[in-house]
Amino acid sequence: MNINIRGISKRFGDFTALHGLDLDVASGELLALLGPSGSGKTTLLRAIAGLEPIDGGRILFGDTDATRLSVQERRVGFVFQHYALFKHMTVLDNVTFGLRMRPRAQRPRSAEIKRRGLKLLDLVQLGGLEGRYPTQLSGGQRQRVALARALAIEPRVLLLDEPFGALDAKVRKDLRRWLRQLHRDTGYTTIFVTHDQEEALELADRIVVMNRGRIEQIGSTDQVYDSPSTPFVFDFLGSPNVLPGEVRADGIYLLGATAPIEAPNGFQPGPVDVYARAADFRVVGEDAAAIEGQVVETQRTGVLVRLTVKLAANQQVVEIEIPHPDPEMKVWLPGDPIRLRPAHFSLYRDRPPQPANITEDRSADYAAPGSRVRGQ
Amino acid sequence: MNPPAAPLNEKESAATVADTPFAPLVQTNAAIGEPRLVRWLLIGITLVFLGVFLLLPLVAVFTQALASGVGAYFSAMIDPDALSSIRLTLLTAAIAVPLNTVFGVAAAWAITKFTFRGKGFLITLIDLPFSVSPVIAGLVFILIFGSRGWLGPWASEHGLKIIFAAPGIILATVFVTFPFVARELIPLMQAQGTDEEHAALTLGARGWSTFWHVTLPNIRWGLLYGVLLCNARAMGEFGAVSVVSGHVRGQTNTMPLQVEILYNDYQFSAAFAVASLLALLAFVTLGLKSFLEWRHGSELAAVRGH
Repeated sequence: MNINIRGISKRFGDFTALHGLDLDVASGELLALLGPSGSGKTTLLRAIAGLEPIDGGRILFGDTDATRLSVQERRVGFVFQHYALFKHMTVLDNVTFGLRMRPRAQRPRSAEIKRRGLKLLDLVQLGGLEGRYPTQLSGGQRQRVALARALAIEPRVLLLDEPFGALDAKVRKDLRRWLRQLHRDTGYTTIFVTHDQEEALELADRIVVMNRGRIEQIGSTDQVYDSPSTPFVFDFLGSPNVLPGEVRADGIYLLGATAPIEAPNGFQPGPVDVYARAADFRVVGEDAAAIEGQVVETQRTGVLVRLTVKLAANQQVVEIEIPHPDPEMKVWLPGDPIRLRPAHFSLYRDRPPQPANITEDRSADYAAPGSRVRGQ
Repeated sequence: MNPPAAPLNEKESAATVADTPFAPLVQTNAAIGEPRLVRWLLIGITLVFLGVFLLLPLVAVFTQALASGVGAYFSAMIDPDALSSIRLTLLTAAIAVPLNTVFGVAAAWAITKFTFRGKGFLITLIDLPFSVSPVIAGLVFILIFGSRGWLGPWASEHGLKIIFAAPGIILATVFVTFPFVARELIPLMQAQGTDEEHAALTLGARGWSTFWHVTLPNIRWGLLYGVLLCNARAMGEFGAVSVVSGHVRGQTNTMPLQVEILYNDYQFSAAFAVASLLALLAFVTLGLKSFLEWRHGSELAAVRGH
């Protein structure tokens, strides 16, 4: 089922949770709403479910205008962050609740209801636990009961609110893989909310990055990670090093680099912010254009070596990660001079000064759209 | 228990386990392992207090009631006035308790599941009967329905007798026992939040089904407790009822009022006989609660355990 959202807005008193968002979700897609707390992602999810009345805009489920439909009529499978299982009911009764609540005319016979419930429990790998109560299950099992309960109503769309938020890291990883598989098998249009970028990248087909009630970027995981359209997106998907640079006619000059780095087209000359992740730096030799610095600290993290480097030009401290072992690489020691070049980076311009609390739209103030470039 | 000192302590605890029933609890958790003197002092104070303030009066009620023999005890019970007071008390409770149960659930539902203006004021208002003296509560109804009250003349024109009659007693009882159920449910429902109700809605349940299948099972123990407290107070209320009752023997006396009248008439054993009946009703209430807790203990734990 396609979900089309047109200009939905929501206010809580003076606080605007959603600023007129548009979003299209393709049928069968697994979509992540990613953002920090207060970004409006959960509000958006609850609005789609009908649990949060909206102040403006429309929500379409396929050809049906769902805006005026009640929660019950929308038939969405909603999985709550803390599962919201019915504590006084057995696992089977929880899963079959939706079927048992149907009007008498549409309700399957009780034997059929039970059969379907057991089948769903098999699907979520909880066969044999149908007689337990929720308190007798582990967190991961409860989560799967909640999922089976939502699937029982054959939902138009499956909505998951921070589905792994309350689980420990190991269980979370397993469940993620399992959910991905389940999505592939069942094909339900699925939207999930998360504040964990790793989770979003690993699980979703597409990611919607949200900030302060607006959508910063919508794109495939590759697009969002490799070409973040705003500094916010870049920042949220991995902490970047931000370097002051200058665009000139022949390229970008970075912090005392004697030669330019190839610049993307369309950037007017002038100062820019260069965003580069730790892993995007390369160590280069004497002859190439580079930023000069000095190693302050080294730390081995498995296959990578993390270097803390103080840049000569402005005393800025940057973190870089380089592979280890590297044929051309020597062992770095604190105090060693080092020459760096960002291999991948993004440019953003005209960053407005940031007041302590920003209430207005920030992303629109960037004069130039960010563009991600590959050096060389 | 600190590991280095463990062998020594274990020996000690083995000795104490044998001679005090509370020892295992205390010994297995060193953090609450008070010296023996303190333990005995605490237990002693509790027992003495319970004995003097609870057990002794209770024993006194039954001794006094049976002082003139079992025959006198039962004849005091089947006295027409006593029987009438029992009937009136049961009638009052039978009306006031269901009313306040429905109201309490509705109020707790409204307060915990919705946001609206004046919610804080409503919560304060629900507490009002707790903070107002029962005598005032009674007088309020005299002011409203008394012969010179606001609605009194209208009521008597229509042949309604409210003050110095059963309706007045019921009204005063409803007022006094108003907060019990709501007060019991509000914190419980606040702690439970609205996620389960929302889940039920997304699964297609209508409002009433959601209440019946999801909310009510979650609150039933709190509700039951509130109802029992409400019932105990409805049967035992003296002050407010005394003001509106008029003390007409055999007609407008509830059991507590009957006890007072008999006592003032120097009919001590009859007074205590009726009092013992009230005490027995309280026992039945408590017994019922314990029984339900015992019978549904695992379910109770399941609901509370989350």
